[in-house]
Amino acid sequence: MAGAKQRFIGRSVQRLEDRPLVTGAGRFAADISFPDQLHMRVVRSAYAHARILALRTDEAAALPGVHAVWTAADVAHIPPIDFRLTKVAGLEPYRQHVLATDRLRYVGEPVAAVFAESAYLAEDAAELVTIEVEELPPLLDARGEPQEFADGLSTEAAVVRKGYGDVDEAFRAAHAVVELDLAIGRHSGVPMETRGAIARHDRPRDLLELFGAAKVPHWNRDRIARMLGREASSVQLYEGHVGGGFGVRGELYPEDVLVCAAALAFARPVKWIEDRREHLIATNHSRQQAHRARAAIDADGRILAIDDAFFHDQGAYLRTHAVTVPDLAAAMLPGPYRVPAYRAAGRVRLTNKTPCGTYRAPGRFESTFVRERLLDAIAARLNLDPIEARRRNLIAPSEMPYRRNLDTLGTEVVLDSGDYAGLLDKTLAHLGWPALQQRLAQRRAAGECVGAGLAMFVEKSGLGPRDNVRISVDGDGAVEVVTGAASVGQGIETAVAQICADALGVDYANIRVVHGQTDRIDFGMGAFASRVTVMTGEATRIAAENLRAKAIAAAAELLQAPAERLDVIDGRVVRTDQTDGPSMTLGELARALAGSGETNTGLCADGWFHSDHMAYPYGVHVAVVAVDRATGGVAIERYVVAYDIGRAVNPMLIDGQIVGGVLQGLAGTLYEDFRYDERGEPLCVTFADYLLPTAREAPAVDVIICEDAPSPLNALGLKGAGEGGANAVGAAVAAAIDAALGLPGAVTELPVTPQRLREMLRRTRSNPSS
Amino acid sequence: MSGKRDIVLNVNGRDHAIRVEPRRTLVDAIREDCGLTGTHIGCEHGVCGACTVLVDGGPVRACLMFAVQADGKAIRTVEGLASGDELTVLQRAFMEHHGLQCGFCTPGFLMLVTGVLEREPDIGDDELIDVLASNLCRCTGYQNIIKAVRAAARELRAGA
Repeated sequence: MAGAKQRFIGRSVQRLEDRPLVTGAGRFAADISFPDQLHMRVVRSAYAHARILALRTDEAAALPGVHAVWTAADVAHIPPIDFRLTKVAGLEPYRQHVLATDRLRYVGEPVAAVFAESAYLAEDAAELVTIEVEELPPLLDARGEPQEFADGLSTEAAVVRKGYGDVDEAFRAAHAVVELDLAIGRHSGVPMETRGAIARHDRPRDLLELFGAAKVPHWNRDRIARMLGREASSVQLYEGHVGGGFGVRGELYPEDVLVCAAALAFARPVKWIEDRREHLIATNHSRQQAHRARAAIDADGRILAIDDAFFHDQGAYLRTHAVTVPDLAAAMLPGPYRVPAYRAAGRVRLTNKTPCGTYRAPGRFESTFVRERLLDAIAARLNLDPIEARRRNLIAPSEMPYRRNLDTLGTEVVLDSGDYAGLLDKTLAHLGWPALQQRLAQRRAAGECVGAGLAMFVEKSGLGPRDNVRISVDGDGAVEVVTGAASVGQGIETAVAQICADALGVDYANIRVVHGQTDRIDFGMGAFASRVTVMTGEATRIAAENLRAKAIAAAAELLQAPAERLDVIDGRVVRTDQTDGPSMTLGELARALAGSGETNTGLCADGWFHSDHMAYPYGVHVAVVAVDRATGGVAIERYVVAYDIGRAVNPMLIDGQIVGGVLQGLAGTLYEDFRYDERGEPLCVTFADYLLPTAREAPAVDVIICEDAPSPLNALGLKGAGEGGANAVGAAVAAAIDAALGLPGAVTELPVTPQRLREMLRRTRSNPSS
Repeated sequence: MSGKRDIVLNVNGRDHAIRVEPRRTLVDAIREDCGLTGTHIGCEHGVCGACTVLVDGGPVRACLMFAVQADGKAIRTVEGLASGDELTVLQRAFMEHHGLQCGFCTPGFLMLVTGVLEREPDIGDDELIDVLASNLCRCTGYQNIIKAVRAAARELRAGA
């Protein structure tokens, strides 16, 4: 009998990624250099809204060491950057050109590009480029009257409408209606590594190569090729180490296209590394929305209908995400609750600020805040416990799969599995909820300003429609998994290796996972929307099963043994019915199969996974906060996240995703806010103004990972884990602050800055009866 | 620009004779002129700490120091921590406690903590949080960094 098979799925094994990263051997974008490279510096608009009258580049171009200075005229042949997701007809005029043509629409917009022998020189020269403009009044509030974006085009680019049922009738018949005006501030991913792009043209092979790729290398490859009039196969993108993604990195930006065009034009490598100020004004912002949300309820607090009208502050252009964020906000707003009739209208408004895209839990951080504020308002209106108000509305396990009658990202929203009330019970039991509430009440009675808040949510993950993985074993028995997915630091090498290890029968540590290289695999969807573990993970399992079957079939012949008596254990094909029977290593099999003359030679196999629907993980957040009445500061005393993700491949990594997500959510709830003055000048252009939380602000987080509702959509039951940590922080902390102040519904706007909080405290004092 | 200066940067015990403009930052010199790209640039205004290196034993933000100011001083970077394949206690602790995700801020944290633990091996848990609050991480939410650093401090004290 062969030895027991080692299992890797479900274990918190150490990451395969770590060693180079702790020894300084990582290769991030800025670490890549080529001989004879030019350095690009982008000259950016200093005006929020202006018409360009004259652009003078001669002084910059004359500086020794400057190779060229480009303006829009030099890139007139390059079309604007196209949409990747959530296209809606008629949006094309709102796309961004790689360099501004005649109008400047936000501070930070690329106007010219300087190419020089060193980064220092390029920066010197960029300062010599002068722009003469006629300033135009900036549009800074998405809630105001739309203006003219261009001739005959409104700054209201689109209205995202979703809904079902007779909403008006539900409101007419309602026992009561709650109505809230809510706003979410402007913040974003802000990874620690800024963006970077290094392009070179390999002239002998006529191959355009771009380094510093991330997130969606294959889509970007195809798009760059089309924009520059090349065949897709003559452009290759390479992902190195990636210093955080969170939605913003890896989308196709003007700078990526500029370095490629320049490398072709100058026949020299061109390197661009973004500085932090640029990052804060040029890389996608996110989140900013203002909602007017109404809920119609019956006498027991059951929701009859929700009607939400919101303004989405998109910034100056529609970038690659088109209307993805407002679309997701509208589609995901109903969350875990039964909502018999629903209507959402999201007005996508262009303003003279940095363009927006996705940021971890895009549209859901926003709409969870709105929905959970509504649930709290329903509870307050009927004098119900907020938990009870939720219980009365949760979708039951018996109703799964639950068809929402809504769609987003090209798929119908069908909640695949879940026991929402069960997870709520687990969370409350973990906290000892009644005793906790009692202690908090005692502390409030003693004069402390403390409270607990809870929020529930449904996430989405595993966006299809397909993924492809190729696995091969070389003559030394080394296993290589090649995927078109991408890594943004989340640990995909480890998770994919664990899945491959179990399906194939090898040690995860002997598996090399190759990702983000367009020349290694034809198809790839990249890493976004918590899709990799689900889509790439399942494709990996299928490919590994195929490879295992191939290995066993070949070994059966070579070992003269029945295939059903063979298994692969620790990289060796062995007989399951004999202790010392004949066996072969996968490396020996690979050597035997190499050049065997069959159509699919060698020990390798492909796996394709197709999925028309997303998998929906769900969770509960609980925050316990203490408010400092003097400063308006909020301290997080305790934070709990319970998250059901179907099947946990590596609990340590999932815990890391959730804890990191919580702090990002907390940042947008309390600290981070891209503010602008009345002229549209951004006020947060350094880390002294844009307040990333430090270890001092970061709370300990209790993470409860549950596997009660595996997804029926894939064999392992996987759901993605990347975004649940951020999703409900705004909602839970808002409820906790309300409770601390004894003022239901006090928090209507994020972030809850000390100024806003002190304003609420003044309201409490002036109205002591509340 | 004024003329270039000849300086010697001693990095991880090895001398690098380089010629730099006076305005060249230490971090650019370490990365571009000495070829040691393990030290990262996160903000170039001294807030994030990704570029932290040790200069004469103390943590320094290499984006806020000019290379000429480090002439002749002993500089240590992340590449100098491990000896061969053998990682330091702190490096191991970061791996064991999942103290990194994307890993971009990690070299800065490793150098910051290495410098502090060498000078103050008995530093208290709460003071350690103050130290860690000098640098920014965007992935981890800091909890696993805190765990890793506390574990390393304990192990180093036990081994001392």
